[in-house]
Amino acid sequence: MKPFEVTESPIDPQKYADYVLHTGAGAVTLFTGHVREWTHGVRTVYLAYEAYVPMAEKKLAQIGEEMEAKWPGIRTAIAHRIGELHLSDIAVVIAVSSPHRKAAYEANEYAIERIKELVPIWKKEIWEDGQEWQGAQKKYPDKGADAQ
Amino acid sequence: MIRVNYFARLRELAGKGQETVDREEMTVQELLDWAEDTYPGFGKDDVQVAVNEEYALPGDLIRSGDECAFIPPVSGG
Repeated sequence: MKPFEVTESPIDPQKYADYVLHTGAGAVTLFTGHVREWTHGVRTVYLAYEAYVPMAEKKLAQIGEEMEAKWPGIRTAIAHRIGELHLSDIAVVIAVSSPHRKAAYEANEYAIERIKELVPIWKKEIWEDGQEWQGAQKKYPDKGADAQ
Repeated sequence: MIRVNYFARLRELAGKGQETVDREEMTVQELLDWAEDTYPGFGKDDVQVAVNEEYALPGDLIRSGDECAFIPPVSGG
């Protein structure tokens, strides 16, 4: 594994938790984002993710650097899966260790917000009766970037 | 030659993932204008451009050999 990676394989979150754990860490937060069936009353059959892989991995590493500057002493690993993902599959994992828990919680949430802002990864929702690429200005314009 | 990459909605619109633009240099804005002219419905106002895997500004210069990508609004996570 790489600490900041885009992968076509199913994600094993424990690998990323193990990567960030060290004897100076008193806390590890492990976030996993999953494929959800219902979004604003629309039933998802599956999702198709694609990425500009080399840039996406660079941007994940950049987010890691931002986090370590804001919360010194943390250690971070992030992976995002691409390809066809089915209900409950893990799309993203973020592991953060820190000496104390507060930084691990805060930094972990920062990571997912930044991923949604700047990492070149795209999600297409496939429904029973159609499909559409998701993005900030699409489909749910009144709800903004959190519409997914 | 400037190499360009398309993703997601734009890949489907263009009907291809990559192509080359036969120019020695152009600005990011000129590349966006070219894409809008070439692919009606491109929606350049909502598209960012990456040059050599880094986000670029409209006035930035692209040179032959650079690797560009059109980045529609992202939706990872």
